[in-house]
Amino acid sequence: MLHTPPFPAGHDAQIRAVQIRASGWGWRHAGRHNQAVSGLDLQIEPGERVLLLGASGAGKSTLVHALAGVLGDAEDGDETGSLLIDGRRAAEARGRVGLVLQDPDSQVVLARVGDDVAFGCENLAVPRAEIWPRVRQALTEVGLNLPLDHPTSSLSGGQKQRLALAGVLAMRPGLLLLDEPTANLDPDGVIEVRDAVVRSLDRSGATFVVIEHRVEVWQDVVDRVIVLDPAGGVLADGPTREILSRQGERLATAGVWVPALPPRFPTRSPIAPAETLLRAEGLAVGRVPFGRRAASVVAAGITLNLRAGTATVVTGPNGAGKSTLALTLAGLLKPAGGTLQASDKFAAGIASEPHRWRSQQLLTRIGTVFQDPEHQFLAATVRADLLIGPHALGLSAAEQTSRVDELMHRLRLDHLADANPFTLSGGEKRRMSVATVLATRPRLLVLDEPTFGQDSRTWQELVTLLAELLDEGTALVAVTHDAQFVSALADEEYRLGTPDPIRLGAGAL
Amino acid sequence: MSLLTPTIRPSVVARLNPVAKLAVALIVSCALLLSIDWVSAGVALLLEAGLLLWCGLSARQFLLRTAPVWIAAPMAAVTTVLYGEDSGALLWQFGFISVTEGSTQLGLAIGLRVLAIGLPGIVLLATTDPTDLADGLAQVLRLPARFVLGGLAGLRLVGMFIEDWHSLTLARRARGVGDGGGPRGAARRFFGPAFSLLVISVRRGSKLATAMEARGFGSDEPRTWARPSRVRAADAVLVGIGFAIAGIAIGVAVWAETWSFILA
Repeated sequence: MLHTPPFPAGHDAQIRAVQIRASGWGWRHAGRHNQAVSGLDLQIEPGERVLLLGASGAGKSTLVHALAGVLGDAEDGDETGSLLIDGRRAAEARGRVGLVLQDPDSQVVLARVGDDVAFGCENLAVPRAEIWPRVRQALTEVGLNLPLDHPTSSLSGGQKQRLALAGVLAMRPGLLLLDEPTANLDPDGVIEVRDAVVRSLDRSGATFVVIEHRVEVWQDVVDRVIVLDPAGGVLADGPTREILSRQGERLATAGVWVPALPPRFPTRSPIAPAETLLRAEGLAVGRVPFGRRAASVVAAGITLNLRAGTATVVTGPNGAGKSTLALTLAGLLKPAGGTLQASDKFAAGIASEPHRWRSQQLLTRIGTVFQDPEHQFLAATVRADLLIGPHALGLSAAEQTSRVDELMHRLRLDHLADANPFTLSGGEKRRMSVATVLATRPRLLVLDEPTFGQDSRTWQELVTLLAELLDEGTALVAVTHDAQFVSALADEEYRLGTPDPIRLGAGAL
Repeated sequence: MSLLTPTIRPSVVARLNPVAKLAVALIVSCALLLSIDWVSAGVALLLEAGLLLWCGLSARQFLLRTAPVWIAAPMAAVTTVLYGEDSGALLWQFGFISVTEGSTQLGLAIGLRVLAIGLPGIVLLATTDPTDLADGLAQVLRLPARFVLGGLAGLRLVGMFIEDWHSLTLARRARGVGDGGGPRGAARRFFGPAFSLLVISVRRGSKLATAMEARGFGSDEPRTWARPSRVRAADAVLVGIGFAIAGIAIGVAVWAETWSFILA
């Protein structure tokens, strides 16, 4: 007997797009005083593609986690109202919803590509004979043309996100949820993931909800924008173009990257003459692998001049050794070859090779902002953590307090003085990690991907602050993928993998 | 190559079901733990050597992986010879240290035992893919999937611990607390990052758990297995060989009248 599938031509007949309906829905995480989401009323029709926006703390992630059924039960929080997927509670819609999260590293479950994609199917008890065709199809859809036994540990960030997407697609969900899927990726990775999502949606016709503060990436993919209100409910809801023009201002203030309203670039007043602090000649960088004695070189033949009041950016593809170079310039790794020498004035009476400096001698000379802020947190409260550097310098108690108070004020951390650094939001952690470094007033700042995953507000504050430091004579070297950061600050660009540094802007002489 | 995807050369041993290999290692170990005498351990070691030739490891790999056992065995032997319970003729004495016929035999028995139990254990690990072992534990031994797969997924985080530890120690140096302070400073430099690592790992673990849950893991519904773990005739033969090694080792020791049952 023939029957007509209720789907438009070209869509996968096995996938039925999901309808979402929230009525007066709210959630309060256990142990928290404030509602994460409250009074939410909305309806999303099958096959709709929605971009979910809102200020930090508006409850976007909570909503998406609830739709995916991973928010937990009454023990994990209090639910009010109802949130239904095809008329059933979200927690009961197992297998109908697929979720891809932000961090590429914490979503890989198994060691081999094929096994990882098969994992979701196994959990849904898909028969073995059907699993492997699904796995191959999902991998083709996301454009990962790798052998099934390829190790997942050797994938790049963008590949890992596409792997996570493939794992979800193989489950054939009627609703695809993405929670900032590209925030931790370089520009190529962002495009890879976006295109893979579009390809799969065109084929499956599934309902789609994405959270992402970089609007530019998704604005041409989605047909509806919903803005959540931190005070509860929905702030704005409608066609993409309309909402972005009507709410653009407000969204930009809340940290959303609205393409029509890019952040302002700071005006610089370069100092002259720019004295050289650190000079690398024929520098080779590498790390000593675990359990080995000799470093394995990742980049070599690097010649660089880091000068006071000058911003140097290091760019280049993933795996080119940018972070290793940053750590070497920062005096944290020993050069694997060539020379790295501080000027006499910069060294100020100690050895000229930064890796031979004592930890405390680094403090006033080179400050390093790590890619993951959590790696540099040492104390249980923001204030105590900021005091560590000034204390190690042996400053007077009064001087320590005044420096830290001033920094907390400048970086809007006052209200968090007694909070544990690990509990801060992404933007707060970044500001905090910069503050810890500035507390000892180093003459050279080394930053590894300082703007990764930051909202436009934190980005603006960070760039403005760095411009001020440059004007005061601090030398700056930053590893970055962020083209806007390069345009806003860079005097010199060193592209790893190319022979000569590219000189830009007023600092180029 | 990494912890979870070891380079395993195709070999007879590598193709066997991990559960069968685990069974052999357990059978031989249990048999050898029943007595402390040099004959049973020596015979078992000799018979195992025949099996280990088939394990598919190159001589270099074999020596590198088993190095801890080669170091531990003579050390255990020498310690026992020097300080072990004395019996029989006195061979050599220096102060408290006395070497007797009895302690020499005991030392030899202990040294051989460490080798005979340690070598197959390590070779088993070196020729087994953790994913295959998990499949075997869950499908052949019917251990709960939640437990087995949770452990397997957690194992993947170990590689990240090493990366995190490296970054944490560099960050300490960058923040001015990377050296100095004498032994107290050194202790702080170990426990400080250890605590941060714990926090970071717990977080990573909970994110991984959410990702796994989002893919339908952890419910009480039955699940299927994409990779079948089957027990074949060759696996039965291997377990048979395990019993044979244990049996022959005990038999020869009893015949040579060196068998001394520890519970007797």
